[in-house]
Amino acid sequence: MLLLIQYTIIFTAILSLVALGGCFSEHSGVINLGLEGTMVIGAMGGALLMRMLPDGTPVFLIVILVILISIVVGMLYSCLLAVSAIHCKADQTIIGTAMNLLGVAVATVIVKAINLSINPDDPSSIVQYVAEKQAFLVNIGDFEFNWFSLIALVALIGSYVVLYKTRFGLRLCACGEHPQAADSVGINVYKMRWAGVLISGMLGGLGGIAYIIAGASEWKFENGVAGFGFLALAVMIFGEWKPHKILMAALVFGFFRALGNVYSGIDFLSNLNIPSAFYTMLPYIISLVILVFTSKKSRAPKAEGIPYDKGVR
Amino acid sequence: MENAYAIEMLNITKKFPGIIANDNITLQLKKGEIHALLGENGAGKSTLMSVLFGLYTPEEGIIKKDGKEVKISNPNDANDLGIGMVHQHFKLVECFSVLDNIIMGVEPVKNGFLDKSVARKKVTELSEKYGLHVDPDAIIENITVGMQQRTEILKMLYRDNEVLIFDEPTAVLTPQEISELLQIMKNLAAEGKSILFITHKLAEIMEVADRCTVIRKGKYIGTVDVKTSSPAELSALMVGRDVNFHVEKKPQELKDVILSVENMSVAGEPGKQDVIKNVSMKVRGGEIVCLAGIDGNGQSEFVYALSGLLPVKSGKIKLCGKEIQNMSIRKRSMSGMSHIPEDRHKHGMVLDYPLEDNMILQTYFKPNFTSKFGFLKRKNIRSFSDRLIEMYDVRSGQGSVTIARAMSGGNQQKAIIAREIDKEPELLIAVQPTRGLDVGAIEFIHKQLVAQRDAGKAVLLVSLELDEVMDVPDRILVMYEGEIVGEFDPKAVSQEELGLYMAGAKKDEVKV
Repeated sequence: MLLLIQYTIIFTAILSLVALGGCFSEHSGVINLGLEGTMVIGAMGGALLMRMLPDGTPVFLIVILVILISIVVGMLYSCLLAVSAIHCKADQTIIGTAMNLLGVAVATVIVKAINLSINPDDPSSIVQYVAEKQAFLVNIGDFEFNWFSLIALVALIGSYVVLYKTRFGLRLCACGEHPQAADSVGINVYKMRWAGVLISGMLGGLGGIAYIIAGASEWKFENGVAGFGFLALAVMIFGEWKPHKILMAALVFGFFRALGNVYSGIDFLSNLNIPSAFYTMLPYIISLVILVFTSKKSRAPKAEGIPYDKGVR
Repeated sequence: MENAYAIEMLNITKKFPGIIANDNITLQLKKGEIHALLGENGAGKSTLMSVLFGLYTPEEGIIKKDGKEVKISNPNDANDLGIGMVHQHFKLVECFSVLDNIIMGVEPVKNGFLDKSVARKKVTELSEKYGLHVDPDAIIENITVGMQQRTEILKMLYRDNEVLIFDEPTAVLTPQEISELLQIMKNLAAEGKSILFITHKLAEIMEVADRCTVIRKGKYIGTVDVKTSSPAELSALMVGRDVNFHVEKKPQELKDVILSVENMSVAGEPGKQDVIKNVSMKVRGGEIVCLAGIDGNGQSEFVYALSGLLPVKSGKIKLCGKEIQNMSIRKRSMSGMSHIPEDRHKHGMVLDYPLEDNMILQTYFKPNFTSKFGFLKRKNIRSFSDRLIEMYDVRSGQGSVTIARAMSGGNQQKAIIAREIDKEPELLIAVQPTRGLDVGAIEFIHKQLVAQRDAGKAVLLVSLELDEVMDVPDRILVMYEGEIVGEFDPKAVSQEELGLYMAGAKKDEVKV
């Protein structure tokens, strides 16, 4: 049971982080379907750094450096979206899809190249971080606390405050709702959209490293992040683009995802003799079902997905 | 000596490829006056305002503020000079509150957080001072168009703008709201604000404006003192000839009932009430019936239900005695219904198709245009399209092959009208057929509607323009919140009376 709670918390945290990323981007008016790819790239940055850090690096330094590098790499990767969607006015759905494909490919190629350069007999795309991973975990009795849960909580509260209580948030939302109105009062729509996309890259990268640390002590980058970025988008929609509701939505999805990990340890569930694949599918099935019922009601930012053109009035 | 002019635009010339949009135009706005800018569609009013807001750089001419020459290269410069504008299409974020919309761009901030209490106080004070009665915490999408417009006015006042520009502000308002707005404008001028009022409605100019500058086809015609002028003089200046505002009609010859709607209801969005509530009405051959009302009271949905774009929840629609409420759109169209849609870009044309393909959108499957084997007969389509273009004087760059998007709004509308009338319908439904068009095109379209009537066909006109409502039809039905609340003879009713019904202040039992 404790394990279920522990996993629910960490998956909720990851989903919240990435969903908040999507939320910032969409509030600025840019749909970020490329979160999945951004997560992979952020995870790769963090994982490689963890492997390269010399043994004996202080724990807090590991945590800070890994988080920093994932954030920076995620932001850099999201620049692809920003440049093509904001300046070249490309179709955001296609860029997002391309970013997802590219993310896994780039991560695989880079990790393989590094692995081969270290050991010519190792063409795998696997990075190990068994020891470094411990830096992120604190054991409280049997309960394993993960620093990312705290970070996610801070991000949730911070996002709420930023979106609803600050000048930046008001302007950001205006750009996603009615960019012409924002422009007419002197707000630079292009700048705000850049900000939205960069924040989403930052949170996406962070979510990526959190995801692979929570799941395992080595990661095979060919597998990407198994659709977690898409799940986060579902959380965002279910959470109606609002931080407090995103937390609720993430809890629901996080719980079912955790169930897939630990069901064999719960007697009642393992006695049901349902194939494990079912539990693995569960969060994705649930997301489909929930979205069918809720997506009609929830209201996306009005101008999202539409490139802003100063000339069109 | 203090300069008497708040804004002077002197000898402005702005050219676009192939056209001179502003040709040596001078506009001088005195402090504390209401100055009307009058001109037809396409006369260059918008271009002139875009120059004032720094969106266009003029080839010649200078702009002075309080007697000093200024350079305005973007809208922010104009804001900094205290020039504000209420746009024709409001620049408001619909899901934000009134207050958020007002402070957007100039948000008061304390310790990094928004400090709305100061702003709320200022907005409430301004609202009281000028009699605007706006609730700062209301959400934009829940308030009336009139309130939204006042929010735009407050936006300018909050920024302490001295020069207020109103771009066709009355187009979207009810008669009552219009008189309130005109009163607000007078209050503002009395407090020393200088107001530029862009419009083509002469009555409003006569009521509030001190002076009026007229432009025609990009040229400066003159500035007149409104007190010593008359509507006839102003309109002659605007159009360049004496205008006959009245639509010529033959005496009416009523025929059989063509359209009959019986107890029709149309469902609204899930969870909301019906948009059309148990409406019955008839249109007979040889008459033009106008469905009047303020935008958003169900007129659009009523027509959607007639044409088949929306399903009917209950009730019957009969066309020449046949029930059509369950027919497909194509069948309705083939049974003698023509529809000039409200949104010509969405429902009227495929903008990226050439004109000739747009001409056969509803008839392409007929043997004349499609062969037995399913191939289009291009030659027939071309000659058909050429004939309509000729008959209805549809002007376009390359005739039948012009891409519809490249045509002007008036000519797109003419093409739709040509297509719809050429089908020789029994019933012609025209929804706001003259919206956004200039006087010449409006005259043409009204003539076509009257010609259908004179030929014994039924015409259902949906209009938001009071002048059109009073002038064109033989009978007026007023729709309010999905119900028909009044029936009138246009010759026997005043605009004020109609306005009361349109705003829901009065209501009759209407018998069919």
